[in-house]
Amino acid sequence: MILVLALCVGVLYAAGTYLILQRALTRVVLGLAMLGHGANLLLLLAGGRAGRAPIVGASPDAVADPLPQALALTAIVITFGITAFLLALAYRSWVLRHDDEVEDDVEDRRIARLGRNGDAAA
Amino acid sequence: MNVLIPLPVVLPLVGAALSLAAHRRVALQRVLGLVVMTATVAASALLLSRVSSEPAAVVVGGWPARIGIALVADAFAGIMLVVSSAMVLAVLVYAIGNPTTADNSEFFHPVYLVLAAGVSASFLTGDLFNLFVAFEITLSASYVLITLGGRADQVRSGMTYVVISLLASVLFISAVALIYAATGTVNMAQLSVRIADLPDAVRTPLGLLLLVVFGVKAAIFPLFFWLPDSYPTAPSPITAIFAGLLTKVGVYAIIRTQTLLFPSDGASTLLLFLAGATMVVGVLGAIAQNDIKRILSFHIISQIGYMILGLGLFSVAGLAGAIFYIVHHIVVKTALFLVGGLVEHTAGTGALRRLSGLVRSTPVVGVLFLIPALSLAGLPPFSGFVAKLALVEAGLDQGEHVIVGVSLAVSLLTLFSMTKIWAGAFWGGVPSAEGTTAEEDALVRPEAPLPRMMVGSTAALVAVSLVIAVAAAPIYDLSRRAAEGLTSSDAYVEVVNGE
Repeated sequence: MILVLALCVGVLYAAGTYLILQRALTRVVLGLAMLGHGANLLLLLAGGRAGRAPIVGASPDAVADPLPQALALTAIVITFGITAFLLALAYRSWVLRHDDEVEDDVEDRRIARLGRNGDAAA
Repeated sequence: MNVLIPLPVVLPLVGAALSLAAHRRVALQRVLGLVVMTATVAASALLLSRVSSEPAAVVVGGWPARIGIALVADAFAGIMLVVSSAMVLAVLVYAIGNPTTADNSEFFHPVYLVLAAGVSASFLTGDLFNLFVAFEITLSASYVLITLGGRADQVRSGMTYVVISLLASVLFISAVALIYAATGTVNMAQLSVRIADLPDAVRTPLGLLLLVVFGVKAAIFPLFFWLPDSYPTAPSPITAIFAGLLTKVGVYAIIRTQTLLFPSDGASTLLLFLAGATMVVGVLGAIAQNDIKRILSFHIISQIGYMILGLGLFSVAGLAGAIFYIVHHIVVKTALFLVGGLVEHTAGTGALRRLSGLVRSTPVVGVLFLIPALSLAGLPPFSGFVAKLALVEAGLDQGEHVIVGVSLAVSLLTLFSMTKIWAGAFWGGVPSAEGTTAEEDALVRPEAPLPRMMVGSTAALVAVSLVIAVAAAPIYDLSRRAAEGLTSSDAYVEVVNGE
């Protein structure tokens, strides 16, 4: 079971990394969501083997570690909120430019311009 | 006195909630923000006076130690709280006095106060996972502030900023998960004991992973590329508070985790190399720029190098120098960005090619720029000189001549890029519109007179930076005590465990 989960974490990280390296914003957002899921699974895995619900009174040997579950829950809420913000931002970008691609930054554009001017001079 | 510890977090959060409720009345929001931040500064100062000799801890919600969420205040956290909340207050005054900024938006004040709460929480938390939560509070607020207004360039640079911060957050959760798997706790006091017992092959990757995570937030080499692109697009007060505080929260986290969890006996070659590379790359980037805010943004990176240099020495003198440097840097850097805002406000642009002769038209702004600029470059008798002297002495004591040489050379280059702003914006005659690009033209606004509140709050920060230089001895003593607390973590561990 733990091996299956560990493989899941690996696949999610790999797919997420591939997606955030893409140029389209929607893919970047999906990639970040995948990475977030991978990290949450990793948190659960960090708690050791599965067990019963950790309710007061149950024998401590049989229950699952409750702390990683609490941590994962917090992390899920945060990832959810920020993904929503990111989607809003991506939508705003689409409204403004009707394009889903991430633009080059100011510095890159300036250097590209220098390169073109250099070619023209030569 | 334990009641005091959560106050720097609780006060701004409550203020943010009330401010959101009053979203139709901007005047009420302004008064609320000022009252809340004044109270936070007072609470932080009181807290610092109590914890300057020995740390204090409180477990939120009355749970037993190690089960509840621990908040720990030691001298280092106290110093950071006082300086950061004072900056938040000063920039708030500036934002209220600046009629063209985001202060007009009904969401500025609540989000700004949430940012203040998140920064305070990062300084106070005694738990690695809550450090993550505090970072997320700060970052979520900063995402909103940096894109407030929703202009196309803000959305573009905001996207870079959000994605890179999110990636760092994912790495942070992964690091927390791996550390929990290895040690079975996320409480920093417990971790400091248990991580020491781990084999080197586990301990080193964990330390490096945390260094990468906080390195992205602190913008150290080679993880700095997002900063100069995203900061300058926000309105001036927001850029100023980001420049003053956000990267320093990352530096604080690096210093806290590296000293508490992964202490080293001697100077760390890796950290010293990163420090040198950060300084050099940052300052070279600054020299290549021709916009005030962009030059100043690259300087943030360069200055982060000096703080990492102090940490990399891993001695009391080095850490004391780093802490003093952080205090000086936060004040001076915020002041410089506020001056940059004043220049943009009065001349309508921050592009050096379009600026000229400001020292004749607005001599006040010239003086307000010159003092922090010389201080940043480390000229005596300003605060930057004292801070750099402390670091250089600490470096020479340990025989790290190379990095000391690099830091002095970088100071010279800093001075050079500051004279570039001075010569471009303040000296000279009539501005010429020749050779500017359409992008820069689009940013030019008509000239406007300077509101008194903006000049007042900038002048107050410049005055504070002078006070740091005059009162260098007591502030250095305090930094030294904080550094001693960092190098010997026994008191920190004991107070968290309630022994």
